[in-house]
Amino acid sequence: MAENHVSTTNACKMCTPMGASLAFRGVKGSMPFIHGSQGCATYMRRYIISHFREPADIASSSLGEKHAVFGGAPNLKKGILNVTEKYNPEMIGIASTCLTETIGDDLKMITTEFLSEFADLDLPHLVTVSTPSYSGTHLNGWKLAVRSMIEKFAGSSPALTADNTINIFPNFLSPADIRLLSGIFREYGLKTMILPNISDTLDSPSWREYINIPEGGTSVNEIALAHRSKASIEFGYFHKGESAGSYLEENFSVKNYNLLPPVGMRATDALLSAIEKITGLERPQRFVNERGRLIDSLVDGHKYINFKKALVYGDEDFVVSMVSFLCETGVKPVIAASGGKADLRKRIEAICKGFCPCPLVLEDSDFDTIEIAAADIKPDLMIGNSKGFKISKKLGIPLIRAGFPIHDRFGGQRIITTGYEGALSLLDLIVNTAITTLQEETRVGYGYM
Amino acid sequence: MTLGILKDRKDQVVERINGNETVSCSKESLAGAVSQRACVFCGSRVVLYPIADALHLIHGPIGCAAYTWDIRGALSSGPELHRLSFSTDLRERDIIFGGEKKLEAALDELITRHNPKAAFVYSTCIVGIIGDDLGAVCRKMTELKKIPVIPVQSEGFKGSKREGYFAACKAMFTLVGTKEPENISPVSVNILGDFNLAGEIWIIRDYLKKMGVEVVANITGDGRVDDIRRCHGAALNLVQCSGATLDLAKMMKEKFNIPFLRVSYLGIEDMAESLYIVADHFSHIDKDIEEKTRQLVKTELEQIMPEIRKIREELNGKKAAIYVGGAFKAFSLVKAFRRIGMSVVLVGSQTGTDEDYRELAKITDPGTVIVDDSNPRELSDFIVEKGVDVFVGGVKERPIAYKLGVAFCDHNHERKIALEGFTGMLNFAKEIHNSVTSPVWKFHPARLSRVEEKSSEVCCG
Repeated sequence: MAENHVSTTNACKMCTPMGASLAFRGVKGSMPFIHGSQGCATYMRRYIISHFREPADIASSSLGEKHAVFGGAPNLKKGILNVTEKYNPEMIGIASTCLTETIGDDLKMITTEFLSEFADLDLPHLVTVSTPSYSGTHLNGWKLAVRSMIEKFAGSSPALTADNTINIFPNFLSPADIRLLSGIFREYGLKTMILPNISDTLDSPSWREYINIPEGGTSVNEIALAHRSKASIEFGYFHKGESAGSYLEENFSVKNYNLLPPVGMRATDALLSAIEKITGLERPQRFVNERGRLIDSLVDGHKYINFKKALVYGDEDFVVSMVSFLCETGVKPVIAASGGKADLRKRIEAICKGFCPCPLVLEDSDFDTIEIAAADIKPDLMIGNSKGFKISKKLGIPLIRAGFPIHDRFGGQRIITTGYEGALSLLDLIVNTAITTLQEETRVGYGYM
Repeated sequence: MTLGILKDRKDQVVERINGNETVSCSKESLAGAVSQRACVFCGSRVVLYPIADALHLIHGPIGCAAYTWDIRGALSSGPELHRLSFSTDLRERDIIFGGEKKLEAALDELITRHNPKAAFVYSTCIVGIIGDDLGAVCRKMTELKKIPVIPVQSEGFKGSKREGYFAACKAMFTLVGTKEPENISPVSVNILGDFNLAGEIWIIRDYLKKMGVEVVANITGDGRVDDIRRCHGAALNLVQCSGATLDLAKMMKEKFNIPFLRVSYLGIEDMAESLYIVADHFSHIDKDIEEKTRQLVKTELEQIMPEIRKIREELNGKKAAIYVGGAFKAFSLVKAFRRIGMSVVLVGSQTGTDEDYRELAKITDPGTVIVDDSNPRELSDFIVEKGVDVFVGGVKERPIAYKLGVAFCDHNHERKIALEGFTGMLNFAKEIHNSVTSPVWKFHPARLSRVEEKSSEVCCG
């Protein structure tokens, strides 16, 4: 087993402002802005572009040495003006960094000051979030950014009558998954407020001419009405102060449903049940059929994958939801690892109950530790992002790519994992991976099954 | 030509008229301008990272290490320690109480675990602020672990990538001269400023070998600590790339009196010229070297020219845009494009100097736009305005090109195909040809709208 290392080797996480920048990308006309040195924004853009294959402009206050000494406020203000002039955004989402948090820049204060200084200008909405990279991971940054947008906008429009809209806080899923989820609600005939909605902004069609800010995303006006929605559904684990759904429940009595990301049968069932509980609607036949097809396929595929051992790694919500799905297929998760922290052991234990023994859970972990565990436990397959490829290659374990980032394959933005459809698509990958191994390792051929 | 240019950036964008233009440069990036530049840390990290048997420990919160984990795939013929990403992964308590103890413990465990020949410890933004004494920790660990543990003063906010290059050179320079330079030929060089992307330094080493030139140290592609320690025994330094390692060459000239030549291995003209000046440098020792070099160039050209001529026929008259990190590479690219019948209508760099831009103005065609420290908005505007067919840049520029229906060639440090040397020129031509000639552009709305505009010009004009 892995010893307790002081240092981190090959991180299985990204930094907090990265998550915030991605979340800000899911708002209509929004420009993410990193208050820090230029490198942060550039590195994140580079990282995001490789996964989504989309432009990912992130502005920066480009702090230099004198700003680090005297404070970054002047550059932040100048930066906001320049972004406003050039991009004409409806909103600028400003995330702090380790540098600006440590020199003591107070984003809320600086932006308030800015707005009063330039009160005569037509300025975009400014949302700020505190995301020092020494605290938490990209997933925390994502959730904090969403929460900050809700705190800022929800309730700012007068609550007329209660609306039938459902708020969805999907957390970090692929653009294709967001499209899929929004399709589920559409099937019920429901209106949604998805925050953030990266389905178009990070997976957009080709342009006819230059587009300042990618089209799509949820508008500030829609966010401003979130407090009168019928309910909120949020996916994933939230530390104290991170949940936008809880905020709406506490302040506006919008009932919040906290669910596992809907990966696999049980989690999708739970989502549909929640929708039906909120609305009293009946289950559309489409989902009955989809669920039936999933069961049918689980049966068709089970003999290839039952008792196969899997290593699952990635962000904490990805890991828990993927473990939940694998349990249902007969694949035994043997290692569940994340660079984040989210009370993983307890939650994974609960999810595996009645299906399989609880896997080795590695929290606040890195790929070095994961590799040591994998060499010891010898899983049959790995499920996670691109960064596990080195382990996959070294130990000869096939890797099924899902999550973020997918840097070494094409189409990471289009991978679906949610709903019965996503489960089916994952199941196909898993079964086919097992069959590929059989074809490679035996003389039988598996040419006609 | 004023679309989307912020007024504070106006003098960083110039249209070439008579070749005497200057471009304002070497300025801090403008806040909010979405610069394509990175930071000081990035500069140091890219220069040192290919040293394959050294430990590269990033002292800071996780982001800086996560985003630079094996990003460039610099190849090594032996150890591959450089392809791992080590971080002290600082947390809140370290920020409050200081990170020195954690750094010490991290170095201790990592050096024990990996047994490197040296360790580079990179400072990040936060380290500069919380005031960790990197130098003191490194001195202590050097003594304790009996290998050079070298601080790299690369706090992100203390300038641009160029300052990072300088910090890297200073760090490497502490190694130079610490090992006896025995058994080194008088006809010998160090290769500076090549990072062995896709095995490029091996191409160059092969040419030099055929010329009878010994290579003492690769700095830094496929680099080794011990080679760098004795590289002051080389007779000459060959410096490629805009300044990444130029400072090291200058330091070595001053302390060890080793002359240096600036070279470029990109494109036929510059590649050949680079070999010829090396031959010329050593011709007083080796009488045959010039002839050997001529033969080498001739043979290499015979191998690539037939195919390049074919490609040229298909690309003739097409227009290219170039946006790269250092301007020196842009010089070679302008010539390389001419070689395949194309003209460059936009050229720029993240960190070019005044001298670089004067040179660019000299060698480009009238009407070419020259930009310093540009951004997606400006680049997009020029691509459309100039009717560019292919964009040469890095991954950050790729989606700009693709969204606007423009072919693309990755010429950044993340490239996967060798573009140096004579074979590299052929690869480059193939890359351009491969992207430009794809049928996908026929469907692209931005390209269709170009065709519409053209036909409306014809009918109305």
